[in-house]
Amino acid sequence: MRVLATIKRVPITGGRIVLTDDSRAIDTRHLGFTMSPHEECGVEEAVRLIESNKGDSVVLTLGPPEAVEQLRDAMALGIDRAIHLQTDGQEWDGEATAHAITEAIRADEAANGPFDVIFFGNESADSGGFQVGIRVAYALARPCVTGLKKITVEGKDVSCEQEVEGGRDVYVVALPAVLTVKEGLNLPRYPSVPGKMRARSKPVAVNSPTRQAARLELASLAVPAGQGRRAESLGGGAAAAPAVVEMLRKAGVL
Amino acid sequence: MNALVLMEPGDASRQTLTLARRFGQSLHAVHMNVVDPFAPDAVAAVLQMAAEEVSAAAVFAAGTERGNDVMARLAARMGLPMAANCVDAAPGDPVMVTRQRWGGSLLEEARLSSPRPLITVAPHTVPIEAGPEPTDVDIQTLVARLAERDLAVHVSDHVAPSSGGVSLTTAKVIVSGGRGVGSKEGFAIIDELAGLLGAAVGCSRAVTSAGWRPHTDQVGQTGTKVAPEVYIACGISGATQHMAGLKGAKRILAINSDPQAPMMQNADYTVVGDLKEIVPAISAEIRDRR
Repeated sequence: MRVLATIKRVPITGGRIVLTDDSRAIDTRHLGFTMSPHEECGVEEAVRLIESNKGDSVVLTLGPPEAVEQLRDAMALGIDRAIHLQTDGQEWDGEATAHAITEAIRADEAANGPFDVIFFGNESADSGGFQVGIRVAYALARPCVTGLKKITVEGKDVSCEQEVEGGRDVYVVALPAVLTVKEGLNLPRYPSVPGKMRARSKPVAVNSPTRQAARLELASLAVPAGQGRRAESLGGGAAAAPAVVEMLRKAGVL
Repeated sequence: MNALVLMEPGDASRQTLTLARRFGQSLHAVHMNVVDPFAPDAVAAVLQMAAEEVSAAAVFAAGTERGNDVMARLAARMGLPMAANCVDAAPGDPVMVTRQRWGGSLLEEARLSSPRPLITVAPHTVPIEAGPEPTDVDIQTLVARLAERDLAVHVSDHVAPSSGGVSLTTAKVIVSGGRGVGSKEGFAIIDELAGLLGAAVGCSRAVTSAGWRPHTDQVGQTGTKVAPEVYIACGISGATQHMAGLKGAKRILAINSDPQAPMMQNADYTVVGDLKEIVPAISAEIRDRR
């Protein structure tokens, strides 16, 4: 079995988002980075599939040179090798991202055969475009199911559970397939120390695709005005309990 | 000029009409249940045929799970860009959109250059306004033209929710715990207070990542978005990831040992101190008054 998990490097924003002076990006000078949460579950699922079925697991990202950190993180969890589509850090829109990823998948598949499953996050944590996985699936003419909280490979098919209001919808599609997943699909493992050591020597293939002109182009960013909450102190410690209960009573919930 | 709207039951689609009316004097509608069982590629195919038939200048959908899914499929089919979760859109060339990033923690102004703008509207960000109602597109002939491959991905079964208890999405009160709760066992006092209030139990991402609670309890950008009358945040720092799930909460009570925590700044009511003393004291006070 061959499985691909795609990831995106995003900042860990913490409590308050601060923008750069030109308001075109988040000021990341004091921030750490991670992979988007949904995608972390895609990586974990890819590792589990290869643990139980044997084969080849690959992680792919489109991002700046520093995104190799997230590729190494994925390989520390057990992914075999990485493909890095390197950018100069500029924003790529969903169409351009999908185009570059499709080309990279085609090249890898020409050499190594088709991926049975390709994982994407349902949407990236930062830009939230909700489209890259679906565009790649269409370009490759493969079935795509989105927003998955559970997947089970059953022979040549994959059974997929999508969370909806009032339960889960089930889809069964033939492999090869593109699956976009959500956090909650699994609980990603912590990387082991030997896993981190091994990740350092696993192969990373680097490519620098050309960026298509953006048709959805970022002009500026803004932090939305606060929700107008003005904290009223109900006191400190256990002595505040009567004031809390009074507030709950006034709110009509007690 | 015509605009086409993918309609679903509920307010999100009514809100979508508000922006769609700026792009067309007359509105046309295709409904999400146009094929049964639901098959997203088939809905996108019908939408594409309908867009051609009514010469739609723009296509809109609500930024729901299905709305974003079907719109992305339409974008892929038509080879067009798509702007997801917009809170504002002004026609022109390019179309100027304001859209949500980071689950709404950040807003982006963007230029959408497209012969046929495809736009989804973030739920609960645009008011419902009175105006011309959409006319249903006659879909019978369109459905008959669907290709078999468009029906390949379809819902074949439904699993009912497993948990009993109070649902996060409909709860009037949520008692939620963060890293400050300290351990899986530490949630006993959260569970106790929730039980007394008939509340749902929630938690932050740090808690589910640590394996203390299941992901179904997680509130936030990658968890559940909630809208209770009162949200009680116990030992939750208030990262943007968490706050993105709280925009619908009417009142927030923050209990935290750190008065500078972002959650304390974004709350309506605060109690400073050790939640391990405060939460049991609130439970005791409720019992005393009964």
